[in-house]
Amino acid sequence: MSALLEQAREWVGKPANKPATARDAVNLPMIRRWCEAMGETNPVYTDEAAARAAGHPGIVAPPAMLDVWAMPPYRPGGRTSEEDMPVLALFDQAGYTGVVATNVEQHYNRYLTLGDVVTSTPTVADVSDEKRTGLGIGHFVTLAYDFTVDGEPVGRMTFRVLKFKPNLKQPEPQAAPAAGAESFPHPRPAITHDNAFFWEGLNNRKLLFQSFGGRLRHPPGPMDPVTGSLDFDIVEASGRGTIHSFVVMHQPRMPGFDYPLPVVLVELEEGVRIVANMIDASPEDVAIGRAVTADFVEVEPGYVLPAFRLA
Amino acid sequence: MTFPAAGQTLPELALPITAGAIVAGAIATNDFENVHHDKAAAQATGVPDIFMNILTTNGFVQRYVSDWCGTQARIAGIAIRLGAPNFVGDTMTLTGEVASVEGDRATVSVRGRNSIGDHVTATVTLDYGSAR
Repeated sequence: MSALLEQAREWVGKPANKPATARDAVNLPMIRRWCEAMGETNPVYTDEAAARAAGHPGIVAPPAMLDVWAMPPYRPGGRTSEEDMPVLALFDQAGYTGVVATNVEQHYNRYLTLGDVVTSTPTVADVSDEKRTGLGIGHFVTLAYDFTVDGEPVGRMTFRVLKFKPNLKQPEPQAAPAAGAESFPHPRPAITHDNAFFWEGLNNRKLLFQSFGGRLRHPPGPMDPVTGSLDFDIVEASGRGTIHSFVVMHQPRMPGFDYPLPVVLVELEEGVRIVANMIDASPEDVAIGRAVTADFVEVEPGYVLPAFRLA
Repeated sequence: MTFPAAGQTLPELALPITAGAIVAGAIATNDFENVHHDKAAAQATGVPDIFMNILTTNGFVQRYVSDWCGTQARIAGIAIRLGAPNFVGDTMTLTGEVASVEGDRATVSVRGRNSIGDHVTATVTLDYGSAR
């Protein structure tokens, strides 16, 4: 379990925040505005006689407004740190800045009537393992709310939010080539939080690797396979190395490449290996043990790949 | 009083998702998160436009069932799960069906679909015993 998840789970069962008491009692203007926004025309929410005829003691609030009454006020610039929940702030600090509500479950003990002053008391109910979602990787945080009026329980709510790291910008896909076109776009890499530094480095004509306490690793991954550590530094390689192995591709011919294509596995002098294409070399020049140096090829505007040439 | 029967369907309701509908719902539910009213702030989180907040969806689900059951039933609970966001320019079509009837209580399954997929799947619990 990550340190972040461990910290977040310490909150489970504890108050998520201080109880919040509504600044305004249940009132007709707020009910009316809510009904207008939702297109709600049931008269028990706005008409005293209709409410009594339906068996209510008077005008009642739409039950789905349960958690509206004690919401924090609008503030230019967003909520204050006191209004933020510390368990959610933990995720913000760790880069999980996105938030989206995914589930609401409300139970109503009774309908609220005009004059009721609602107090909302949130508890952290659950923090999920890390999940991969369409929005990005993240954790689901479940909050359990108790709503009371003068100490009387009037309703409960379970509220689940996803705190996520927004997905990174991906390379723009090229327009599909016209029928019979001579050139085709290169395949695109998938940019993840683990490998983004590598692709950014290439754009700056640098060959960058993860270093876990001095042990280099490629391709990039989230964790040191030896120690399990998630902490790594990024180091720049000299670009000098030797051919450890190679193939010369003839078939199948993928669009976007020139054939015959020498593809080399290079052992860099720092001790890490990387696969790349050879440039300015004929297949007969390529041999195990030959010295090579790294270069960078902008295969399409803004899309840089590493390559090697004979030293 | 007409009591619902399992399998009974609710009339379909199509709701245009305009910027006005999203912002009116956000204000009416006291939800001032900027992704529900500020297009630039929404786009900074990687989405194309402002989108409906969950409390407004909850409100529309209540209203949809309330349109059908009128004042005869009390709403005892609403459970919703969100999927595809309701962005400006889309239309959400709500459909519903009585899922079960037990004693004085009935549960209604509600689904709200937009052009991306299911925006909401919901269960609304109705109590026909307390309204006399």
